Amino acid sequence: MTPPLRAVNDFVVKFANVNGSGSASANRLFAKAILRMGVPVATRNIFPSNIQGLPTWYEVRVSEAGWIGRRGGVDLAVAMNPQTFEKDQAELEPGGYLFYDSTRPLPDSRFRRDITRLGLPLTTLCNERWADPRQRQLLKNIVYVGALARLLGIEMAELERLVGEQFKGKEKLIGPNVEALHLGFEAAGRELAGACGLQVRRADAVGDRIFLEGNAAAALGCVYGGATVCAWYPITPSTGLAEAFMRWCGRFRIEPETGKKRFAIVQAEDELAAIGIVIGAAWNGARAFTATSGPGISLMQEFLGLAYFAEIPAVVFDVQRGGPSTGMPTRTQQSDILACAYASHGDTKHVLLFPEDPAECFAMAADAFDLADRLQTPVFVMMDLDIGMNEWLCRPLAWDDSRRYDRGKVMTFADLESGREFGRYLDVDGDGIPYRTYPGTHPTRGAFFTRGTSHDRYARYTEEGPAYVDNVQRLLKKFETAKKLVPAPELLPAAEPTRFGLLAFGSSMPAVREALAELADRGVHLDTLRIRAFPFARAVEEFVAAHERVFVVEQNRDGQLRQLLVNECGIDPARLWPVLHYDGTPITARFVTRAVLDRLSDAKIVPFRKAVS
Amino acid sequence: MTYLPKPKLHHPALPKNALGLTHRDYEGAISTLCAGCGHDSISAAIIQACFELDIEPHRIAKLSGIGCSSKTPTYFLGTAHGFNSVHGRMPSVLTGANLANRDLIYLGVSGDGDSASIGLGQFAHCIRRGVDMVYIVENNGVYGLTKGQFSATADKGSKSKKGVVNPDSPIDLVALALLLGATYVGRSFSGDKAQLVPLIKGALRHKGAAFLDVISPCVTFNNHKGSTKSFDFVREHNDAVNRLDIILPQKPITAEYEPGEVIEVPQHDGTILRLLKLEADYDPTDRVAAMDYLFEHRARGEIVTGLLYVEPHSTDLHDELGTVATPLNRLGEAELCPGAAALAKVNAAHR
Repeated sequence: MTPPLRAVNDFVVKFANVNGSGSASANRLFAKAILRMGVPVATRNIFPSNIQGLPTWYEVRVSEAGWIGRRGGVDLAVAMNPQTFEKDQAELEPGGYLFYDSTRPLPDSRFRRDITRLGLPLTTLCNERWADPRQRQLLKNIVYVGALARLLGIEMAELERLVGEQFKGKEKLIGPNVEALHLGFEAAGRELAGACGLQVRRADAVGDRIFLEGNAAAALGCVYGGATVCAWYPITPSTGLAEAFMRWCGRFRIEPETGKKRFAIVQAEDELAAIGIVIGAAWNGARAFTATSGPGISLMQEFLGLAYFAEIPAVVFDVQRGGPSTGMPTRTQQSDILACAYASHGDTKHVLLFPEDPAECFAMAADAFDLADRLQTPVFVMMDLDIGMNEWLCRPLAWDDSRRYDRGKVMTFADLESGREFGRYLDVDGDGIPYRTYPGTHPTRGAFFTRGTSHDRYARYTEEGPAYVDNVQRLLKKFETAKKLVPAPELLPAAEPTRFGLLAFGSSMPAVREALAELADRGVHLDTLRIRAFPFARAVEEFVAAHERVFVVEQNRDGQLRQLLVNECGIDPARLWPVLHYDGTPITARFVTRAVLDRLSDAKIVPFRKAVS
Repeated sequence: MTYLPKPKLHHPALPKNALGLTHRDYEGAISTLCAGCGHDSISAAIIQACFELDIEPHRIAKLSGIGCSSKTPTYFLGTAHGFNSVHGRMPSVLTGANLANRDLIYLGVSGDGDSASIGLGQFAHCIRRGVDMVYIVENNGVYGLTKGQFSATADKGSKSKKGVVNPDSPIDLVALALLLGATYVGRSFSGDKAQLVPLIKGALRHKGAAFLDVISPCVTFNNHKGSTKSFDFVREHNDAVNRLDIILPQKPITAEYEPGEVIEVPQHDGTILRLLKLEADYDPTDRVAAMDYLFEHRARGEIVTGLLYVEPHSTDLHDELGTVATPLNRLGEAELCPGAAALAKVNAAHR
């Protein structure tokens, strides 16, 4: 007999629902109440590419220790979807709990023996209380939140306060929701008192952290970074970024005297037009961006080559999803690394930024505009569905009011008037970055013809070999300059000296940080370097050189970052051990730990203690 | 050769416009197109239109796609910024440029391959968005730069230089522009400068999406017997519905006409488009009638030219979006960045 799990502030709840049933806001209410009790949570939506009727899940990890990656495994399943009842039950850890609607009795054979059943007749409770079928459905979600509050020890006062905040302005809805909470709470008290060994206890572990989606954070970074033109085409999981930009602009970018907009947003006819609009706007001196996902990146290839070669700033948010092709449009991956790093035909290389959480999505979004202007080239902010569409607990967003936008090397009317020489592709400063002018600056000086065809230092069309080589070599020099300008990698040194290192980036970091702690507990120490940008800074090469073997953790099949490291830094591939997670769900700490231990075990590297079972 | 600058010297008695500029100040590099190319006549018409309207050349942004026609912005307005973008994608680049700075004049130059084939989608969408621009298609029905393949505007049954008969129906960009809501639509012929220059001038003064389809015979690949885009064919089948005269604000109206002989359409900036009627019943402010006329005459094998449609009270994309009067590219931190205090409130709302 497996004993029921017992834990305080450290467990995983997974809600299984039918999409379109109104469960999302109820589940969020549950998570937020725990957060308000000072206990960190990590939440993840796992949803289909569909509007109504298909299975959807919401995972809430409760972790007073503050681990916000996915842990792996489920301790309490809230099984509200009959379609997936078996699967949801099967996922439970031994000793776990199954909360379900017991209105229709189920035979014993439908239940695992090593779990605890928490059945409540939710449908009956709702049908007895409400007559309207839609209300029954919506409030059933709130009833189970009330029941869970009782089972897990979540404070009703916090739930009631959140309901009040949620329906501010729609006070009529507060009463029925609070009533539903109590209906569930009391029913659980009557029928299931003391049945659940998982408990939430008020703590002080959240601090000043905020709970925010990466898409919303990145969009706000665009507002702070001075973006005025946004052109986009709807595609999951990036749509929320453009929509959030609209919302933030509505709040922060209206000219007070006139009510007019200090921004322009165009929903383009496709991703080609979206990037074309961005390039046209940036050419003309506005800060412009697009948000897209893998298929959109594919469509933008020709234009990205133009922006690289004609040297036009552009900011592209790639909220990555499962590829190739339509792939898994509502699942997460980091599988566009190579597609973006080398986007377009001919010899091209692009600047990539890898934010690790929503706070860094905000910061890097704003930085991307400075970098794009400074380097006069496309800059990709490499997000993914996990970071973009889920609310993450992260440090508060920060802005320094003394910061000024770096608009890069732009010659003004006065510069031109002074007689300073202007050659659009002339490397005056020796850093590979030329000067540009905005259209309309001066009546007789500074005009040039922007083209994707080969050009000389003065932007004149040429197919002369030496002039072409001169130009593309300068572009390489510019890329060298970029290494010094992009965000530096972050070193997470091991507690003890070690021959082994680990490289990771982006949304894998919470799972990696947790895995590092688990591994250290087992006596396995890894120096870790968090990569924040491409081109790779010198420090990345030095880190690899300083370790015998380096794990490279990423969420794609082919080890794309590893390939980029091998290709760009001339590293012996045998020294880079891939740790690859690519089933479309976010990587877990357990996965990383196991992969590292297995690899060390295969390589007969001792000492270490037995791998996790 | 584009890399050979034209000599700057010119005759001291060349006429000057109100800005003190001569015709030469509106020229660009020497054309590298074939001798006699219709596109060069269009470039000359653009130069004349800008000169006569006293437009400062650097206040125009010239954008194009890829192809023979898209090469031409190098050959006019040498002191203006130009952008030779990607095949079929000039409209999106122009749209972005226009959003960034609403104070410049945007001149998009494209061809029939660029706009009717690879770029049909972008053509359609920038027209329906009402981007404030002059969009000129230099239409020769043929891919010149790749040596003579049919384009999507080639008429069904028209013959290529190699004797191949085109089996596909043509795309009529004028009909599409009317359908998609362009607020200024004209068709002309590169060989009729007297008609073309006023049409370009009117388009430059118009607010909103102004589209001109200019039939421009390709002397090398599409000027033979059997082609419906040859000089001879167009001259023989040209059905001009009106003659346009541009009357700028504060300019005295000199010529007198009998009532019913002319139609006057005022523009948002005070310019008056005065149209001398060549077809008594043609009303260029009636979109549906314009389309009917166009289809009827096309069925008879006639090429309808002139100012086919103009909307007197037109609006543009900026009006629809409600953007501020100051060009977006001139806004700085003070107008764009909400600052740390506002961010503290955002943080507080996400706890």
